[in-house]
Amino acid sequence: MLENLLSAGTLTQILVGLSRTTILFIVSSGLSLILGVLRIPNIAHGSLYMIGAFSAYTVIQFLGGGTLAFWAAMVAGPLVVAALGFLLERGFFSYLYDREHLMLLLLTFSFTLILGDLVKILWGSEYRSITAPPIFRGSAEVFGLPIPQYNLFLLLVGPVIAVFLWLVINRTRIGKIARAAAVDSEMVSAVGIDVGWVFAFTFVLGCFLAGLGGALVAPIVSISLGMDHSLIMEAFLIVIIGGLGNIWGALLGSLIFGLTQSLGILVWPQFGIVFPYLAVVVVLVFRPKGLLRSAW
Amino acid sequence: MKGKHAAAILLLVLLAALPQFAPRFHVYIVSILLLTGLLATSLNLAIGYGGLYQFHHAVFYGIGAYGTALMLTRSGMPAALGFLAGPLLAALLSLAIGIVCVRLSKLYFGMLQISLGSLVWATVYRWYSFTGGDDGIHGIPLPDLLSSTTGAYYYTLIVTAASLFALYRIVRSPFGKALEGIRDNPVRSSAIGIHVKLHQLAALVIAGFFGGVAGSLFVVVDTSVFPDMMFWTYSLEVLIMCLLGGMYTFFGPLVGSSILMLLRTYVSIHFQYWHLFLGILLTLVIIFLPEGVLGAVVRRFRRAETGHA
Repeated sequence: MLENLLSAGTLTQILVGLSRTTILFIVSSGLSLILGVLRIPNIAHGSLYMIGAFSAYTVIQFLGGGTLAFWAAMVAGPLVVAALGFLLERGFFSYLYDREHLMLLLLTFSFTLILGDLVKILWGSEYRSITAPPIFRGSAEVFGLPIPQYNLFLLLVGPVIAVFLWLVINRTRIGKIARAAAVDSEMVSAVGIDVGWVFAFTFVLGCFLAGLGGALVAPIVSISLGMDHSLIMEAFLIVIIGGLGNIWGALLGSLIFGLTQSLGILVWPQFGIVFPYLAVVVVLVFRPKGLLRSAW
Repeated sequence: MKGKHAAAILLLVLLAALPQFAPRFHVYIVSILLLTGLLATSLNLAIGYGGLYQFHHAVFYGIGAYGTALMLTRSGMPAALGFLAGPLLAALLSLAIGIVCVRLSKLYFGMLQISLGSLVWATVYRWYSFTGGDDGIHGIPLPDLLSSTTGAYYYTLIVTAASLFALYRIVRSPFGKALEGIRDNPVRSSAIGIHVKLHQLAALVIAGFFGGVAGSLFVVVDTSVFPDMMFWTYSLEVLIMCLLGGMYTFFGPLVGSSILMLLRTYVSIHFQYWHLFLGILLTLVIIFLPEGVLGAVVRRFRRAETGHA
């Protein structure tokens, strides 16, 4: 088994794992943001990711494919999801912030059920797929190994999003307020800041990230109902092992998850999916509150 | 109090007579209803009485079922041993997971519990040679006495009633009261000399055991097991049953699971989008009826009894 690790496929597998990490990071950083600032364990985050993918598909179908359609989909998909997030936040969550976590968890689970069926009504239950735009088709040579160009593109997107989030959280006024609200929202409102809108902004940003993850993943997976279920569990575990509300924790958690997954398949193909869960258990046994400092 | 007992006995008599007049399909549905009610009640011991965020309870249901199914299909042991082995295995697993999780509280507890549970699920899901992988195991051979729908029904009824009685006694015992005390104020409970973690661990093991009993009953009623029984979405569905009926009442989860299963059976015949229906119903319950259906009824009665507003 272990000799598989030393083969040439390992590097390819690591690069594929890293591009998967990008998707996991984008989605889980949104989840982490919402969990850290609003304290909502949002299971519907997975559904938003799925809607992001389906919306991207529809935009590309509508514009008839091509490079421009791809970029339009990458912008429009997440925006649709962000708009949906805005409605959910203003319509429901803004009235329910003081409820206990269990209730919020179940409420978001019921949204998952509703959104899942709405996707089925709108898009049907067949599998959909989109192809990467012409500039990302084919593969490039990295250290003499063929890597799909789209995966390389994803590897570039990850750091860009990470830096963008860091800037928003640390360098903008609203980001600073959101961080303060994560620690003590009562105090923030006591100094005269309307916390409600900060919460709305954070929630919408988090949803945007879920949609972006869905749109970005669309060309490399089959877009289907049920793509929300496996992803949301992974995203939750990533957020927990990284440290609730910590963006860098989400990055670290995604790396652990993505790499154990892709290398696990190499070591022991049948039980590949077991490895990430095992890694999570090991982390949590030794660091029950996650690897990095959590916002709570 | 008298009225309550009379109602319980009347319900039992009705249930006992059911196969005499109801068609087989209904007998099957009621069997599933009973064992699911037991599953939800066992979860409620941990989450309602213990305040422990047991997010992945279906794992114990699944392991109880798989333990029983594997004993019946793969070992030459007597069937009775299989029916015992499943729940015991579930209790053992619950002890192992509990020891790791009980150090944490609330959301962290729940998340560690759900990841450990997912680990178990992933193993079962992939271990084709032993558990049948994603196909599961079908056509499990049962002893003659249980192989008919009616036989399976009576077995389920007796075991469920006995288990519920045991659980009822447990929550009414000093142990149960201590558990509720811990839920409401762990610091204070610890200060008056209650070993908090030990009580919580015991509650988890008991909940896991009875979850496993429900699983072994599923094997009897359905003669099959499959990994979806222990996927995390089912765990949340069981949580919903508790919430729907009312978490802080003993019979709430039973009411909740019955409502959910009946709705699922009859709504999905006429309406294709069952999840949409359930999601909307659940949203309304959480917003307007957070203590559950039975919880709301009980409160209304209490209010009427004491004359308070």
